[in-house]
Amino acid sequence: MADAVIIQTAARRRRFANLFANPKVLFGGGFILLLVLLAFFAPWIAPKDPLEQDLMLGTLPPAGFPGAEPGYYLGTDDLGRDVLSRLVYGSRVALTVAFVAASLAALVGAMLGLLAGWYGGWVDAVVSRLVDIWMAFPPVLLSILLVAILGSGVHSVIAAIVIIDWTRFCRVVRAETMTQASMDYVTAARTIGFSRFTILMREILPNVAPVLIALVSLEMGIAVIVEAILSFVGLSVASDIPTWGGMIAQGRQIIHHGWWVLTFPLLMLFATVLAFNQLGDGLRRVIDPVMRR
Amino acid sequence: MFLARLTKRVGIAATTLFGVGVIVFVLLRVAPGDPIAMMIAPGATPADIAALRAHYGLDESIPVQFALWLKGILAGDFGTSISIRRDVLDLLAERLPATLELATAALLVAILIGGGVAIVGTMLRRTRGESVVDAANGLLLAIPDFVWALALVLVLGVFYPVLPLSGRVNPQSADDFATRFYLVESIVTLRFDKFLEVASHLVMPTLALALPLAAVITRVLKQALAETMVQDYVLLARLKGMSELRLILQEALRNAVGPTLALTGVQFTFLIGGTVIVERIFSYPGVGNMAIDAVINRDLPLIQGLVLAFGLMFIVINILVDLAVVALNPRLRHG
Repeated sequence: MADAVIIQTAARRRRFANLFANPKVLFGGGFILLLVLLAFFAPWIAPKDPLEQDLMLGTLPPAGFPGAEPGYYLGTDDLGRDVLSRLVYGSRVALTVAFVAASLAALVGAMLGLLAGWYGGWVDAVVSRLVDIWMAFPPVLLSILLVAILGSGVHSVIAAIVIIDWTRFCRVVRAETMTQASMDYVTAARTIGFSRFTILMREILPNVAPVLIALVSLEMGIAVIVEAILSFVGLSVASDIPTWGGMIAQGRQIIHHGWWVLTFPLLMLFATVLAFNQLGDGLRRVIDPVMRR
Repeated sequence: MFLARLTKRVGIAATTLFGVGVIVFVLLRVAPGDPIAMMIAPGATPADIAALRAHYGLDESIPVQFALWLKGILAGDFGTSISIRRDVLDLLAERLPATLELATAALLVAILIGGGVAIVGTMLRRTRGESVVDAANGLLLAIPDFVWALALVLVLGVFYPVLPLSGRVNPQSADDFATRFYLVESIVTLRFDKFLEVASHLVMPTLALALPLAAVITRVLKQALAETMVQDYVLLARLKGMSELRLILQEALRNAVGPTLALTGVQFTFLIGGTVIVERIFSYPGVGNMAIDAVINRDLPLIQGLVLAFGLMFIVINILVDLAVVALNPRLRHG
């Protein structure tokens, strides 16, 4: 008994060590961690007030370019607001949407996927039909539609992402549940006399979890992009909250005399999406016993 | 068999479209925000407003409105746009060709790039080159069309301004075409100056849409090729002295293309969904760009028409791909 516990703990520790030995997890996770710190300590990190306008200091180029002002490291936008400070504060909306929207979408989608894949029959028919209908909407159009209906704001953006992207989780979890349901350990659990629901929650769910965790990480990257797109169209949060998408929209307007206003938030967006993707990919490789082989 | 499969698919498609229609219709009507409020003149009396509501049929109950709308569509009448005050079907006919040309061009470019990279990657099997291709493709898979579009704007529109940043043609040449299919028309009529003009406007939006799909095609096709390249018949062909490239093109590709095709179909619908934001970024006059304005203006008839148009495109593509997969795979043909 004691031996078994020791072996189990050792295996767990090895798996934990594997997690950080994977370069994708290390770099992706590291960047996200950095971003979380940036968002959390934004008031101490940002050199200026992200909302302070000074038309005398409008469209200043980044440090090192002719015409730059000291203290404005990444230049200013056309209203004279500090790009670096807005970038730092913009990570708050991006991360909030990423974490909340992805977790909720995973919760809804995984639940429906588990039920459809495990119980089959009419439950599966209803859920699958619903997914089909959902997939016939162009996601960007649907998200714009939903936010227009729900009114702008972070809550609406999150709600829109959950309403649209639960299908991603549902489809994968449903397929995975069906695969797991045909495994011997499930038959064994039924023979012992576990109830169907207990088997679903205690036996199948833990085996579906690795796929789910990797998907959540990918979904966080998608959520960051969707928020940026909605901000770009002008439907996300109020204009006095700095967002990367809002900065990008503004930069697109003044692109010929202020390339930096578009460039830096775009780079942040790019790095963040890449980090979430690499993290998700790495996690899947480390956690999934089949892929580890 | 083929026909039965087709009939079944069309039946499912019709119910899906009906579902899409119901959802959008109800969502738009329970939503706060009055489309009429956006179009009334400042001095309008309540009677004027009531007359306008009646004119657009917004004074009926939701089920009655839906029935009237459905009846109209079955008769080919999609209603009148509230914000542009024109027939919705006319607007769709005007804008759809632009989007279809863009999406088709993007699909072709994606297949060329994705297929090319997959073949090169397969030829580089078990070399340093293969890991470079895999790693680069892994990164490209993460970048969505929105980011590509803006990066292209920066690089090819601003830093090295070689391509036009917006629109479909130069502003003064919009009247030079008899149809709305500018690219096709310029090729058919052999007007190469016009072709270059249209093509130069298409390059950036096309690439923005094509590159994410190309990365997906590369991954799936390369995986499928890797599995076929170790099959006995490929080994036999190699023993006969066939070159590596001919092996891939003549023997392996035909059997690897099935799964890729199925996935490309699903991904192509994502590409069409992506036209919405990419058209916006490049001020490209397609249905996607119009859709964003329609939503912002609460133009109910136009939004409904556009969503149906998108839904129909998605479904038609899915059916075509499904049939193509069956046609290409003899084992499925008699299933």
